[in-house]
Amino acid sequence: MTAVESNQSKKNMTWLAIVSIPIMAYTLIPILWIMSLSVKSSATLADGKFIPAEVSWDNYKLILTGDAHSLFIPALVNSLVVCLVATLISVVLAMFAAYAIARLEFPGKKLILTTALAVSIFPVISLVTPLYNLWRAVGLFDTQIGLIIPYLSLTLPLSIWIMSAFFKQIPWEMEQAAQVDGATSWQAFRKVIVPLASPGVFTTAIITFFTAWNDFVFAISLTSERARTVPAALAFFTGASQFEQPTGAIAAAAVIVTVPVVILVLVFQRRIVSGLTSGAVKG
Amino acid sequence: MAKIELKNIVKKYGDGFPAVNDVSLDIADGEFMILVGPSGCGKSTLLRMVVGLEDITSGDVLIDGKRVNDLAPRDRHLSMVFQNYALYPHLTVFENIAFPLRLAKGEHSEEEIREKVNTASAMLELDEHLERKPANLSGGQRQRVAMGRAIVRAADGFLFDEPLSNLDAKLRGQMRTDIARMQRRLGTTTIYVTHDQTEAMTLGDRVAVLKKGLLQQCASPRELYEQPVNLFVAGFIGSPPMNFLPAKVEGSTLKLPFCDVTVTGDLAEKVKGKDILIVGVRPEYFKDESLDGSKGVDFTATVDVTEWLGNEQYAYIPFEADPAVKAKLDDLDRELDGEGIRTQMVVNLDARSRIKEGEEARLTFDPAFMHVFDPESGDCLTRDDAKAAAIAEESEVDRKSALERAKVREAAKSS
Repeated sequence: MTAVESNQSKKNMTWLAIVSIPIMAYTLIPILWIMSLSVKSSATLADGKFIPAEVSWDNYKLILTGDAHSLFIPALVNSLVVCLVATLISVVLAMFAAYAIARLEFPGKKLILTTALAVSIFPVISLVTPLYNLWRAVGLFDTQIGLIIPYLSLTLPLSIWIMSAFFKQIPWEMEQAAQVDGATSWQAFRKVIVPLASPGVFTTAIITFFTAWNDFVFAISLTSERARTVPAALAFFTGASQFEQPTGAIAAAAVIVTVPVVILVLVFQRRIVSGLTSGAVKG
Repeated sequence: MAKIELKNIVKKYGDGFPAVNDVSLDIADGEFMILVGPSGCGKSTLLRMVVGLEDITSGDVLIDGKRVNDLAPRDRHLSMVFQNYALYPHLTVFENIAFPLRLAKGEHSEEEIREKVNTASAMLELDEHLERKPANLSGGQRQRVAMGRAIVRAADGFLFDEPLSNLDAKLRGQMRTDIARMQRRLGTTTIYVTHDQTEAMTLGDRVAVLKKGLLQQCASPRELYEQPVNLFVAGFIGSPPMNFLPAKVEGSTLKLPFCDVTVTGDLAEKVKGKDILIVGVRPEYFKDESLDGSKGVDFTATVDVTEWLGNEQYAYIPFEADPAVKAKLDDLDRELDGEGIRTQMVVNLDARSRIKEGEEARLTFDPAFMHVFDPESGDCLTRDDAKAAAIAEESEVDRKSALERAKVREAAKSS
């Protein structure tokens, strides 16, 4: 959004570039390695070469149409459904909660915020056993809803914090101007606040989505065959024989699972333009 | 088009502090009313209570006779221009101005909306900016967009909350005349809040001066200038401000630092029994005696600093203030947002005057233009109620004829 500072000397820029390269390498090499593993045939899997000698799509074929597809495809579908629904509900609820927290004074406001923080710090693994028992008793074990609910509790606190920070940044005068112009509170919210808070909404959506997408603990404990999501399904991949690790298949599955998240982030990144409100008020 | 009445408005915050303390105002249909006062006097709070963004602790706001205390802002049919414009940054200028019309779903067709927005933008010279976003506009342009948004709806009243305070001086002058012209043209009742007394004097039909939540005086600019009701109003209105000189009372003579003035008639009655008074004389009533002769009271004084501006000249004459009055004058200065500077008299002389710095100058003034104030209560003892009423009547007649003229002009244009 802001142009590169023209008074930053060339020297600074090149120094910055030099320092960034190891960091980028550190981040990208594991991912590239997994991608290269996924296109290696099972024979060349352990040859230790970064760039595969020959590209073989066997692993992909295996998990998408071959033996492993009855494990992988339903898991992919489950993941998509569970994560999209959880994200949607979380964002909507967080939006209303954050608006109330940012704009209104009500008793218990501080309590809500501190509870939200406390809940998100709580170690998830300690919740899993009691939740398993409860879900079995209630009949939510191995259902998509049974996963959506814990994901909401994982993601709502963070969503509320992020969104209330964004709402606080929007000057109250915007809504007041809308009210004087003839808007009801709901119209002012929908037509003025939501567009201005869209950076916050998309940030929240992205973070919520891949918190749910990457979750392993809840997925493995609260699902069996029907509602299993991808992270859990990957744990059940078996190789061709009991001595062979299904590394290639797992790598291919990992690539497939990472792709949607990468696309989402790239698409929404453009929406997160901060400074959207600059120019609305003086200064 | 409506008359707005404020009856005994009180606004108290949680700690019991009255930000607005029993203010009553009657604003006639089509009148341009200004609320002016130093920071913290309650003028913005009063405005926000009229529009509905603040709750009213007690008192009534009536628009065209109807009590609107409990109505939401959207139901009061008023428009407001905020101090920092509050434009919608995600919408273009066209959409910003069209926003109020679009909110009333179904009431206006797309054609009508386009027409109304174009009329407003033509009036405000925004035609070439209609497709731009607020972030790319200058301060003056944004301000005009805010005004466009306010006028497009043909509301019953316009409310301005210090709209020009964020603009530079030159732009402020231009926009002032634009606002005045626009208000005459549309003939809409307007309430305008400002802390700048120049805007108050030039724009308003009537000006309400507020101090710490209390209404000091509500009158036309001329009446405020010539017949102030108390020390605060006298010191607030007029630039450079009125000179306040301490005066000791001896019989029917007022002993000022530079001269003695004998008082007669009603004034002599009022000053009997008082010890110290404050005499106020505006800078332009002091004249150089050597130019046009005596005006009544002559005296000599040493000029400390002169400022020659081409069309006029200021001379600064320091004097010693009686300690009893000095405290009062310091208080007054602070109330007027001053910094408590040294006691000095400002004299606005003719540019032809050859008075020099450090010289003993022979000055004169007409005691008829002298105001006398009681330092305890601040009341103006020389206020002539009859004259004030005459000025008020004249101003009202002027206002009505100006509106008529504007109406005739509009009718001629559209026919």
